[in-house]
Amino acid sequence: MTGSFVGDMTIFVLALLVGFEVISKVPATLHTPLMSGANSIHGVVLVGVVILSGETHGVLGYVLLFIAGAFAAANVVGGYVVTDRMLQMFKRRPVVARADDRGAPGGKDPAR
Amino acid sequence: MSHWETGIRFASLFGAVCFVIGLHLMNSPASARRGNQVSAFGMVVAVAAILLSVGHGDSGAVMDAKRWIVLLAGVSVGAAYGLYTARTVQMTSMPQLVSLFNAVGGGAAALIAIAEYDIHTHPSGGTATATVLDVVIGGITFTGSLLAALKLQGHLSQPVSFPGSRVASGLLAATAVGGAGWVIAGADRKLVLLGVVILAMALGVLTVLPIGGADMPVVISLLNAFTGTAVAMAGFVLSNATLTIAGALVGASGSILTKLMADAMNRSVLNIVAGGFGTGDGVAAVAGGPGGPVKSIAVDDAALQLAYASKVIIVPGYGLAAAQAQHECRELAEVLESHGVDVSYAIHPVAGRMPGHMNVLLAEANVPYDQLKEMEEVNSEFDRTDVALVVGANDVTNPAARRPGNAVSGMPILDVDHAKSIIVIKRSMASGYAGIDNELYTDPKTSMFFADAKKGLASLVAAAKTLVA
Repeated sequence: MTGSFVGDMTIFVLALLVGFEVISKVPATLHTPLMSGANSIHGVVLVGVVILSGETHGVLGYVLLFIAGAFAAANVVGGYVVTDRMLQMFKRRPVVARADDRGAPGGKDPAR
Repeated sequence: MSHWETGIRFASLFGAVCFVIGLHLMNSPASARRGNQVSAFGMVVAVAAILLSVGHGDSGAVMDAKRWIVLLAGVSVGAAYGLYTARTVQMTSMPQLVSLFNAVGGGAAALIAIAEYDIHTHPSGGTATATVLDVVIGGITFTGSLLAALKLQGHLSQPVSFPGSRVASGLLAATAVGGAGWVIAGADRKLVLLGVVILAMALGVLTVLPIGGADMPVVISLLNAFTGTAVAMAGFVLSNATLTIAGALVGASGSILTKLMADAMNRSVLNIVAGGFGTGDGVAAVAGGPGGPVKSIAVDDAALQLAYASKVIIVPGYGLAAAQAQHECRELAEVLESHGVDVSYAIHPVAGRMPGHMNVLLAEANVPYDQLKEMEEVNSEFDRTDVALVVGANDVTNPAARRPGNAVSGMPILDVDHAKSIIVIKRSMASGYAGIDNELYTDPKTSMFFADAKKGLASLVAAAKTLVA
């Protein structure tokens, strides 16, 4: 058990570092979708709930399982759907009459 | 390890990889939506793998009909609720929703630890520590986030503090730590763990209660980091790497945002959690308050200035969103652009009620994201700007922040005063969250256009249209 604890800790610390590296590159413009997207990622707690479901017993166990399942599912489904809804609102400037933007419709837009 | 189990593990790894790639794709608005879809796909794979695994009866898990029914019933209720809310929520209410998802995520993580403790009493040192951390962090997050959501919704939005609240928090925390230590030492008593859970939940309430509206970006970010950590701890409890990795990623994201938000207000996280400036935002004050002479401007003159500028920067603040004036704002920008004016938006990191909130609100109003500029990027542009139009932003434009010795000292601000002229749309001379006068308003280059943001912008649009046509 102690061995697995050290293993879990290793994974945790490395994932934390990867997280810092990847997330510090997200522009401030996208911080709300980032947070909401990260929110949906912690909906992975649903995996934990499923694991738990294989060993629950007793009334208390079933009640906890039901509530945890509802919480996690709301988190994961709601999180991804609302993040997608937000991100689809972020659009590039359409081709306007002004000539200051060289973007062509459907063309490959370079990232900001 | 059987082939079957190996396959399940690889599927989980695939899910975790998708989360990282998804977050990576969020580095640009052009790829962000795809990133979220990659992340969602990884989630589907990870959940499907674990369903197959328990269905197959791995690691002693036996799914009888009763367990399936309870699990699926709970999941269906939650999924339906999540889907409905996500589809219908107003973008101005995003902070509440994110808070709510923080609450349920943290709550679910804590419930996992409680249920596990209920099933396998006698956890060893490492697992017991993770169990305790999970219930404490999860408990604090659950009630703290629910209260934060309530405050954002407009209930209890004033900071609430009562004499001795800090002493009470201290005592609660000390008792919780004591109980936690007992569980780690092997108390093997469910009641002790339950006590720790209740204390943590009370602590969550006491921590968020004294925090005011404008500090919410920091609080939400912090609670987000907490939820991530709680989920990671649930991963420790269950020895499941997917949970640990995902939790760590969210923990990192929440911590970074917490730091950014606190820096943008030039306040320490501790200072904010300990209870802020002591006042709520939007304190009503009399028009034409103290300070130097204030120049006001009529709508036609303001429209004229804007229409004949070559470069205009709009500085939106939460007041714009509160007045639901995003569409009028975009309309004005379009009218000006059709007249050849270069228009962009300067967004302060704490504009809104959560990190990046103002960007979403403007994107919803069809403002293209290449017009939305971050503080560092835009500050050098003010020198070349003919007119800066400030709508609903206050403290983040106050030049007093550059001087020591006042409530906003040291706070990073938008260099609005560097523009050749400044127009401020504002209902009155009321001060902002920090409770001090904004020196920008008495700057000789500044003209005040006293109006409600929505009506003021609409009248500007009308006036500008007559000039352009």
